[in-house]
Amino acid sequence: MKKNLFILFLIFLIPNKAFALIEVDITRGNLNPLPLAVSPLSIDDNSKKSFENILKKENIGSEISIIVENNLRTSGLFNPLNKDAFLQAPDIANLKPRFEDWNLIKAQALITGKVRYVDDKLRVEFRLWDVLAAKEMMALAFTTVPSNWRRVGHIISDKVYERLTGEKGYFDTRIIYVAEEGPKTQRKKRLAIMDQDGANNKFLTLGNELVLTPRFNPTSQMVTYLSYFKNLPRVYLLDIETGTQEVVGDFPGMTFAPRFSPDGKKIIMSFAKDGKSDIYTMDLENRLVEKITNHPSIDTSPSYSPNGKYIAFNSDRSGYQQIYIMRSDGSDVKRISFGNGIYGTPVWSPRGDLIAFTKLHKGKFYIGVMRTDGKGERLLTENYYQEAPSWSPNGRVLIFYRETKTNAKGEGFSAKLWSIDLTGYNERLVETQTDASDPSWSSLLSN
Amino acid sequence: MNRSIIISSVLHAALIYITAMSLPFLAKKPLDIPPIVSVELIQIAEKTNIPFAPKAKKIIEKAKEKEKKLVSEQAPPKKVKKTKTKTVVSVDKNEKIDTKAPEAIPLPEKTVKKIETKTENKQNPDKLDEDVKQVSEFEKKEFVDLDNIAKLIDKAKEDTAKVVKKDNDITQDQDKNIVTSGLTLSEEDALKAQIFGCWSIPLGLPYNEDLLVRIKLMLEPDGSVAKTEILDHARMNKPGQGFYKVLAESALRAVKLCQPLRVPTSGYERWKELQLNFDAREMLEG
Repeated sequence: MKKNLFILFLIFLIPNKAFALIEVDITRGNLNPLPLAVSPLSIDDNSKKSFENILKKENIGSEISIIVENNLRTSGLFNPLNKDAFLQAPDIANLKPRFEDWNLIKAQALITGKVRYVDDKLRVEFRLWDVLAAKEMMALAFTTVPSNWRRVGHIISDKVYERLTGEKGYFDTRIIYVAEEGPKTQRKKRLAIMDQDGANNKFLTLGNELVLTPRFNPTSQMVTYLSYFKNLPRVYLLDIETGTQEVVGDFPGMTFAPRFSPDGKKIIMSFAKDGKSDIYTMDLENRLVEKITNHPSIDTSPSYSPNGKYIAFNSDRSGYQQIYIMRSDGSDVKRISFGNGIYGTPVWSPRGDLIAFTKLHKGKFYIGVMRTDGKGERLLTENYYQEAPSWSPNGRVLIFYRETKTNAKGEGFSAKLWSIDLTGYNERLVETQTDASDPSWSSLLSN
Repeated sequence: MNRSIIISSVLHAALIYITAMSLPFLAKKPLDIPPIVSVELIQIAEKTNIPFAPKAKKIIEKAKEKEKKLVSEQAPPKKVKKTKTKTVVSVDKNEKIDTKAPEAIPLPEKTVKKIETKTENKQNPDKLDEDVKQVSEFEKKEFVDLDNIAKLIDKAKEDTAKVVKKDNDITQDQDKNIVTSGLTLSEEDALKAQIFGCWSIPLGLPYNEDLLVRIKLMLEPDGSVAKTEILDHARMNKPGQGFYKVLAESALRAVKLCQPLRVPTSGYERWKELQLNFDAREMLEG
């Protein structure tokens, strides 16, 4: 009897296991950029002629697609395929892609679209297709002035990036920086602004005064920066849309590193006086100044968390310069950097999860990121001299500047802007007309 | 009188000069930056049931007819299957083709059947069947003897360990192992290695989120994917879970790109349904 029961038990047990769904864990994949095809935007002959007259560009459809292609390539996440391999012409692909053709060239996503000249304006329609699933992922249209055509490319790139990565893009943005010219001892420094891809470069100041640390307001096209006047640094505000500039206020002693609060209503900075330096905020509406830290050490480089509740800064209160965080009222100060070396210029990511910093260790400069509790420190890039990281508005990419070593004669010095993404693999030189330093990334121009 | 006027005007001039110099931005030109034009994006997805352009339709039809001719001339068994799926994708255009095609299609199917029966014979030679029978008879005897169960379990463990090393020899022990635990290590590894290569992990995903997507597959005997199902489908459209949709789509792309999957040559019943757990955490955190 017992034996029979046991056999019965085994019979029940075995089939149960046999029909269980087999599970396979896929924990690895490749980090290769996604292959995608950017078909030139189709354009009819009349529109082509109209745009040619206005913009002096032969085919605005392919010009825009080149911008999209370049943006996506520099992100390091996508691999736009060579247009020579495309089997389908833009005007046909725009209507309904023949997915087999795009599959053949190994494209996993496809961007198509068309541009038209309607009532003195430029109208764009664009679509993103999943080639493998043979379906449309996104279809959007907008109208703008023809002179805005570069931004059309950036907006398309942003939307595609957002749909394929799940987070906002950073292409329709600008970068403000200090343009440098002349020998190292006698540098002419001007404030300059350009599109994120280096186009539309403009100088904003004449170079009579030294300018330093321009920083964008995260909510508008306003910039704060330092400029020396009578050998004293003063904090200025510059409204890029109207071109108006103003001095924020005269402060006793030296002011450093002004930066906006996340709501754009305050400026946080440090004042140095009597050999010590503390952090202050200034309300831009009523110009009231509030002291945040009060310590006999040097506290500087403050940066707000995106929710405005915390401030990261650096201080030498432990003997060496390290990164600290505190509540926005100055309470609850905590040291978060404990690695070897000196840490500086903490910048809180707009996403809130990471703090970027510059680190000096054994004569080398590193740009790195750590979590807000100081754990998970990752050094992204190492060089002779580099500093001042600034986040892209989506918190994926850092832009910073790097100086090269001069030779014995004092030649060969250069300062250039570089960008690197969080993986640390995608490091790129950002082309500028002159030498450049102290970059700051704007928020998205269109949301 | 004159002297005081001169002194006064000089002083005034000096004052104006000093003021002009000390107002650093007085002399500057206004900024020459193009204004930021606001842009409003409109969803046009609902309007996009786009018909084929007359020009495109002609070209596509020509291409399809060419393909069809080629297929009916050569008629290799596998290609017939492929064209079948193609006709499903573009139903509207292939009405003509479908009416022509049936003459050519049934023939290769017969050959397919023949080939299949042949391969079955090859895979299961008579000798192996005998072995299987012998082993199972031996086991039946052993199972009845309850005193030897402990020994048997130990033996089974040893045998399965051996089976992992020997990939080619199919024994009853290995078969049992497959039935109880799904795929063998080597089979699982082959499948994993294949999908690792196909899966492009979206790099923009947040680090601190649950980055696990479970996908259920219904497979054909040749390893091609008949149906996919995202198991946490509800999560796709939740607010704040945009990254999950991106991850799920990348996993689906990987499966489509990889097919036919490297599935074991036998035992279709046990792996015709397969669950793949795509987990990006290790890659993104490491």
